[in-house]
Amino acid sequence: MSTLLSVRNLSMRFGGLTAIDDLSLEVPAGKITGIIGPNGAGKTTLFNCLTGFYKPTTGTLRLAHPQRGEMHLEKLPSHRVARDAQVVRTFQNIRLFPKMTVLENLIVAQHNVLQRASRFSLAGLFSLPGYRRAERAAVTRAATWLERLQLTRFADHAAGDLPYGTQRRIEIARALCVDPVLLCLDEPAAGLNPRESAELNELLLYLCREQGVAILLIEHDMSVVMNVSDHICVINYGRKIAEGTPEAVKNDPHVIKAYLGEDEEEEAMEAFTEARAS
Amino acid sequence: MAYALQQLINGLTLGAMYGLIAIGYTMVYGIIGMINFAHGDIFMVSAFIAITAFTLLAAADVTSIPLALTFVLIVAIFFTSAYGWAVERTAYRPLRGSTRLAPLISAIGMSIFLQNAVQLTQGARVKPIPPVIEGGVELWSTPAFTVQIGWTQLLIIVTTVALMIAFTWMITQTAFGRQQRACEQDRGMAALLGVNVDRTISFTFMLGAALAAVAGVMVTVYYGVVDFFIGFLAGIKAFTAAVLGGIGSLPGAMLGGLLIGLIEAFWAAYLWAEYKDVATFGILCLVLMLRPSGLLGRPEVEKV
Repeated sequence: MSTLLSVRNLSMRFGGLTAIDDLSLEVPAGKITGIIGPNGAGKTTLFNCLTGFYKPTTGTLRLAHPQRGEMHLEKLPSHRVARDAQVVRTFQNIRLFPKMTVLENLIVAQHNVLQRASRFSLAGLFSLPGYRRAERAAVTRAATWLERLQLTRFADHAAGDLPYGTQRRIEIARALCVDPVLLCLDEPAAGLNPRESAELNELLLYLCREQGVAILLIEHDMSVVMNVSDHICVINYGRKIAEGTPEAVKNDPHVIKAYLGEDEEEEAMEAFTEARAS
Repeated sequence: MAYALQQLINGLTLGAMYGLIAIGYTMVYGIIGMINFAHGDIFMVSAFIAITAFTLLAAADVTSIPLALTFVLIVAIFFTSAYGWAVERTAYRPLRGSTRLAPLISAIGMSIFLQNAVQLTQGARVKPIPPVIEGGVELWSTPAFTVQIGWTQLLIIVTTVALMIAFTWMITQTAFGRQQRACEQDRGMAALLGVNVDRTISFTFMLGAALAAVAGVMVTVYYGVVDFFIGFLAGIKAFTAAVLGGIGSLPGAMLGGLLIGLIEAFWAAYLWAEYKDVATFGILCLVLMLRPSGLLGRPEVEKV
């Protein structure tokens, strides 16, 4: 099992607040790694560091890119994390381009391929054959993912007008159009009904097993995390408190304490006991 | 009736120029949410570049008018885009991520700087050029009044319409346009999908400046005079046009420009010519009070 991403001694401080405190973890290639922890544990901050949105205070994020070799994500600006390192994320609160059609949303994600083909927009401006070919290829790729995620009939709708669950799937489809080596999903099951989250499970497993995409998954819905993750890492107060297989994590005393020890975390507690029962 | 028709032609010409400048305001606002108050002065700079280019051509004894116009347009677009790029790079980009007010102040500073730079290097006096294109077509002749459309006016209207079609196509159909719209809707997300946001913003500024350059060349040809202060008034009127149409909306900027041009022409013809600026700014006040999102702009809904 080779390591795709290794996070070493990562810390992120905002003034006096330490959101991530000396966190180290490994994300294996071609597997699903779940990240769980109570609200405010630093999960989303980790994603923000990964995708160049925050510059970590200390620590390294080393990506072993299958084609391009070793890359340090903490040194790349956001657009190069997607373009060169092919690490892409989705958001807890969906961030589609609401006024564009679904298809356009997916084409924007492939814009680097198009940009190269368009030679700094010039060939694109005049629609030269090379560019038209690239554009057709982009549409085909978009269509393939739309088909796989059962979104084809929405292709020409404005993304902002569609129902929530559909928008979630579109966001995942768009991320896939970047051709990611690492896909970071921030609570993809939030707001989905049980049937939809079962479909999500299936999709995640398909991406990982069939397409070989490594997935880093932040999720509160235990029915998703516990069922699809190969490996789970539990964070609390910016520190890793446990990791291992879903089974091992469920029974870890530190984890139980982190979830059950806090009064305001009722939701998480319920979810957790449910998961233990199942 | 004939008189009104003539005013319509004059208004359209004026409106075309305001529209071209207004697009620059609206695009920059769309992508970084800031009013580029130096945009009017970029337009002024382009008029000076045009004058310089015309002078050079005259010195080189070029007499073919189409050739001369093409050359001047290309030179003006090239150098003005460079100005647009430089202004963004030096005055706005370093302030990105700071408060909303900072780039606004910086823009006003840039505007004063450009005016003074041109005043120092080109002199404060009005610079004239001899008429480039003369004559026109008589459309309709009554005993009292002859309606005429000048070749220059025709050129301005036709060029503007062609540019606006090309521009709309570019924004809706090309890779750059898609990128531009993506940045406009969510800059952070666009970056996370690999779009180089800084470059897109630079390009937006250059594009706005290029359109202003076309307007600058036209003003030079149409009026035959420029001075270092023309950017202020033209800029504010184009800004009014952008607000009237709905700031951030491209068709809005075009429509707003046209309306402001027409209103100004008719006001000057039928009411008081000396108060035509009052009309424009009265409209700005009214729009801001009654319909702040403009004619084609969508009101911003704060999501809770």
